[in-house]
Amino acid sequence: MLEAARCIVVRDLLIAWRRRSDVATALLFFVIVTSLFPLGIGAGPDLLRSIAPGVIWVAALLSCMLSLGRLFAADHADGTLEQQLLSSEPLGVIAAAKALAHWLVSGLPLVLIAPLIALQYDLPAPLYPVLALSLLLGTPVLSLIGAIGAALTLGLRGGGVLLSLLVLPLYVPVLIMGAGSVEMAAAGLAPDGQLLLLAALLVVAAAFAPWAIAAALRISTE
Amino acid sequence: MNLELSHLSCERGGRTLFSDLSASLRGGELLRIAGPNGSGKTSLLRILCGLLSPTSGSVSWQGVEIRRLREEYSKQLVYIGHAAAVKDDLTAAENLRIACTLAGLPVSAPEIRQALEVFELADLQVRRLSQGQRRRAVLARLALSGSVPLWLLDEPYAALDAAAGRLVEELIEGHVARGGAVVYATHQDTHVGASQVIDLDA
Repeated sequence: MLEAARCIVVRDLLIAWRRRSDVATALLFFVIVTSLFPLGIGAGPDLLRSIAPGVIWVAALLSCMLSLGRLFAADHADGTLEQQLLSSEPLGVIAAAKALAHWLVSGLPLVLIAPLIALQYDLPAPLYPVLALSLLLGTPVLSLIGAIGAALTLGLRGGGVLLSLLVLPLYVPVLIMGAGSVEMAAAGLAPDGQLLLLAALLVVAAAFAPWAIAAALRISTE
Repeated sequence: MNLELSHLSCERGGRTLFSDLSASLRGGELLRIAGPNGSGKTSLLRILCGLLSPTSGSVSWQGVEIRRLREEYSKQLVYIGHAAAVKDDLTAAENLRIACTLAGLPVSAPEIRQALEVFELADLQVRRLSQGQRRRAVLARLALSGSVPLWLLDEPYAALDAAAGRLVEELIEGHVARGGAVVYATHQDTHVGASQVIDLDA
């Protein structure tokens, strides 16, 4: 079972590596969007400090959306998705591996680059670990929930826009907890509660989303 | 080994492709699905491998409905579809290794190299290959799938030259001789003698 999951993760990472420019676009999008806010709003340090968590988190959601469209569409177009559906392992395992690969390619880089972005917003240094930790717990949830939407909208015309309409509302709890944890820490309170809730969301998503993705894939490939 | 099709019918886009189709396939038998374009050959094959649910009727493997078997059934079959099912960014060998790993077939690097040699393929990224070579890269999987009892092949000869076509025929004949079962859809005449024919035109 692990052999098939490992095979899918390695495969998707290899393809991402050979198409580096696709990966770079989503990351650059994140950097550019977060850099536009200080330019548009003005460089008042107090204002920037207070909007930083929200802006960084919203940009992370949007950047995640950008790469979701490709998650299954490319495999669907060239027929390799059919072979994954006919794999000797449960489809949920394959789906979990696809979501993990998506997070490694498009979520993890955001976690790593976020402290650098926070520098632009003059976020106090003690908040960096909280921001990074909230993204570390939250972005995998984005990949898992987004993959359900990507599987459902597979092969539809205008699927990209529909995917955003479907998935972005579901991202709201993650956004509230994620940005909330950093704001709590900024106010001098312990962010543990929000971070634990994020961790709980991650556990629930990791347990149930793969099976939902599998069911959605079966429906949309019929 | 026994694949049983009972009273299958299929409707796509409001049009009935076929109805009340029954057949039974045992080890060592070759079933050919014939019919013109758009007659439902691919739909029937997709129903047989469980990718598509029939409008009515059922498919059973060893007496159990395939919908209940899921990956237990998938383990027993190789499906080579219409689409190329290879990734452009990967090499022919990488594609073959991934396909076999997902199918639960343990293969070694020399075995893969040998299968590619049989089909006279260089280990290039698939984007550099021609249509026919891509098809060869997909069909090379058959050379490694001798232990899988059921082969479902959709237009296996499409885009192949005469030499590769003969190679596939030999592989199919070899598999049937070993006691495997093969279902293939084609609108071309071939030299392989099918023990049963389903003609969707009739």
